[in-house]
Amino acid sequence: MSHDHSLNPETMPEDPAKATMEGKHKFLGLWIFLGGETVLFACLFGTYLALRNSTAGGPSSQDLFGLELVFLMTLLLLTSSLTSVYAIYHMKNNNFKKMQLWFGITALLGLSFLGLEIYEFAHYITDYGFTFRSSAFGSAFYALVGFHGGHVVFGLSWLIAIMVRNAKRGLSLYNAPKYNTFGLYWHFIDVVWVFIFTVVYLMGMVG
Amino acid sequence: MSIATTQKRGFGAVLWDYLTTVDHKKIGILYIIGGGFFFLLGGLEALLIRIQLIKPENDFISAGLYNEMITMHGTTMIFLAAMPILVGLMNYVMPLQIGARDVAFPFLNSLGFWLFFLGGILLNLSWFTGAPDAGWTNYAPLSVQSPGHGVDFYVMGLQLSGAGTLMGGINFIVTIVTMRAPGMTYMRMPLFSWTTLVTSILILFAFPALTVNLFLMMFDRMFGTAFFDIGLGGNSIIWQHLFWIFGHPEVYILILPAFGIFSEIIPTFAKKRLFGYTAMVFATFLIAFLGFMVWAHHMFTVGLGPVANSIFAVATMAIAVPTGIKIFNWLLTLWGGSITINSAMLWTLAFIPSFTIGGMTGVMLGSSVADYQYHDTYFVVAHFHYVIVGGVVFAILAAMHYWWPKMFGRILHEGMGKLAFWTFFIGFHLTFFIQHFLGLMGMPRRYWVFLENQGLDTGNLISTIGAFFMTFGVIVFLINIIYTAVKGEKAPADPWDARTLEWAIPSPPAHYNFKQLPLVRGLDPLWIEKTEGKGKMTPAEPVDEIHMPNGTILPFIMTLGFTIASYGFIYQVDHKGWLIAVYAGMAIALGCMLIRSLKDDHGYHITKEELEREAD
Ligand code: HEM
Ligand SMILES: [Cu+2]
Repeated sequence: MSHDHSLNPETMPEDPAKATMEGKHKFLGLWIFLGGETVLFACLFGTYLALRNSTAGGPSSQDLFGLELVFLMTLLLLTSSLTSVYAIYHMKNNNFKKMQLWFGITALLGLSFLGLEIYEFAHYITDYGFTFRSSAFGSAFYALVGFHGGHVVFGLSWLIAIMVRNAKRGLSLYNAPKYNTFGLYWHFIDVVWVFIFTVVYLMGMVG
Repeated sequence: MSIATTQKRGFGAVLWDYLTTVDHKKIGILYIIGGGFFFLLGGLEALLIRIQLIKPENDFISAGLYNEMITMHGTTMIFLAAMPILVGLMNYVMPLQIGARDVAFPFLNSLGFWLFFLGGILLNLSWFTGAPDAGWTNYAPLSVQSPGHGVDFYVMGLQLSGAGTLMGGINFIVTIVTMRAPGMTYMRMPLFSWTTLVTSILILFAFPALTVNLFLMMFDRMFGTAFFDIGLGGNSIIWQHLFWIFGHPEVYILILPAFGIFSEIIPTFAKKRLFGYTAMVFATFLIAFLGFMVWAHHMFTVGLGPVANSIFAVATMAIAVPTGIKIFNWLLTLWGGSITINSAMLWTLAFIPSFTIGGMTGVMLGSSVADYQYHDTYFVVAHFHYVIVGGVVFAILAAMHYWWPKMFGRILHEGMGKLAFWTFFIGFHLTFFIQHFLGLMGMPRRYWVFLENQGLDTGNLISTIGAFFMTFGVIVFLINIIYTAVKGEKAPADPWDARTLEWAIPSPPAHYNFKQLPLVRGLDPLWIEKTEGKGKMTPAEPVDEIHMPNGTILPFIMTLGFTIASYGFIYQVDHKGWLIAVYAGMAIALGCMLIRSLKDDHGYHITKEELEREAD
């Protein structure tokens, strides 16, 4: 039996990410992990909802949030999810170069999202004195949005690491599951952001 | 690998083997040893608590130390003793029961163990500088105000070990879903494997709540945030909600595997198929589901209002129904069976009435109006010890006697097993039964002293005497382990004439578990072969090479990194220089993660020739 996992058109299975036992395990494992992550964010949302009006005399959500910036951020992140779908599509067609290209675009979009988020936080801190410590609202806001941001940072580092590592090696049954699980994770981050956009920003601006 | 051959290798080699192992059986044993160690530590703390309460206004230990003692006792017993020992058993037994060669993520398995263990060590290092003292429930604002670093150790230690548990849970779910042997359908899985699955689901959905809560506490204590700080608009009840959203499922994380253990032992020693198998599976799911709906029964006296209290009271009492179904199914399995009574069975038979008492006081507590009287008294202490000791600890001891031969190839000494059982059993009821009445007479829990002539003196004395009986029982059990290791009777593959797959392979099993995966033809597969086959499992595949994962030291180093970083987090409050430890620790941990992700590791193969050379 040969243990060469690299792919050529004849040996290319239907879905390289789930063709091996390890691939199946990773795929299911990540789904299950996301179940746990859902509870994690649910708890953070709950905390935020309980504390969102506890401004302790400091700035409130209406004072702070601006729709333009957050809308742009949402756009960037949603688009990055779409580009990662393209990347996985090319993976299934065994087109490594295009897959790397679309994942590269995904990473760039993610990085710009992150840049804007850092800008946003800096803006709140310097212009409004609104920090992690200034009120319970501040603590809850930075905890929720920051946790999401942390997930974005982790996801981007992960993506860049596997892209660099495999740049010269092409697609194989060994690395396909890694890209695939990343893709799933990235969609999840996107979904969480949609909730943040709604619950934190939209509801926050209405009051 | 038998004990004899391991001993021939040097100590260093064995240590290295265990530090790098990814074998679920070795990791299971590590969990049991680690959990056992913390169990002794927690037991010692309990004994000190009981000595302090032996007489009115005692000053055996100081008030501050007493608070640390109760906090560490509870925290240690739940997080570092009971749960890890159960996880160890699940790790060892479940893959064998479903006919798998390992778990789905061997690397993660090892990482989970080290996180638990070093997290526990970190928590206990606090003894040198002042242990946490806000109770195992660590309620805010008391915990936020608690001076020194005790509570910080609680936060970081539990964060680490909690992360480890979560990984274990995910691993077990994937293993059960994807790695069952041919023919092992879900409804043919042994009950212990079922409860492993359901427990893992509970872990998956409960532990993230603890994770978040611990983060909030960490931010409040170390970085000056205001989650629980009323002055800045915070809300200390959030801690209680998140704690019990995790905490109530946690008690089912403890008791469901225990139910699974008894559901294995009873059919084996009654020589009867488990009565109402389907109902048992269904009841397990129902308990798990309801377990998430009742957390506020720990908060009846907080003032959530009559509507919330009523809803949670009804939901709480509903749990007694599936639990009752289980009790009756065990009784009906015993009914008319040809029963062998040995140590494993003694613990099992003692469990049924003991646990039922705990269940009944649970229903009493679940009545929200009555709980105003019971809450925070010794009545609650009696309740949860009846369920946790009478349920979980009895189950662990039963499981030790039952699976010891499989794990170590030797049978625990029966005489000593029985002596340990009787002293512990009597001691247990002496200690905790009287506490119901102490509670009803108004003795509050977590108080350092009680006063003379309030009708509490005799009860407390009896309770302390019982604790010494239990200590004696535990010591006998330890002696039994040593005796068995030295001159215990050698165990055959199937010493109990049992029913499930783990008994179809040698004791202890080869590191690849099954040379050929077995073909499962029904519930209790080995029993089926015994009664209507050739007495052993039919292979489902020809002998062929087996793919195995490589051992690795990365999980250990990664955890070491996280532990160093946690230490740094705790002390950077005093001196920013400690941030170096945070950065260094995180760098080590993330570096290991990067290596793990980037370095190819395809595992290795055991060749056909090697397999054929080894006997069955
Ligand atoms: C019939 C099932 C059960 C019911 C109805 C029930 C009900 C309750 C209630 C209402 C309380 C809160 C009492 C108070 O603080 O005033 C409580 C406390 C507790 N229960 Fe149960 N329970 C049940 C089973 C269990 C099981 C199976 C376990 C563990 C294996 C368990 C462990 C605990 C613990 C540890 C506490 C105390 C928590 C603390 O305050 O430190 N219970 N139970
Ligand atoms: Cu509860």
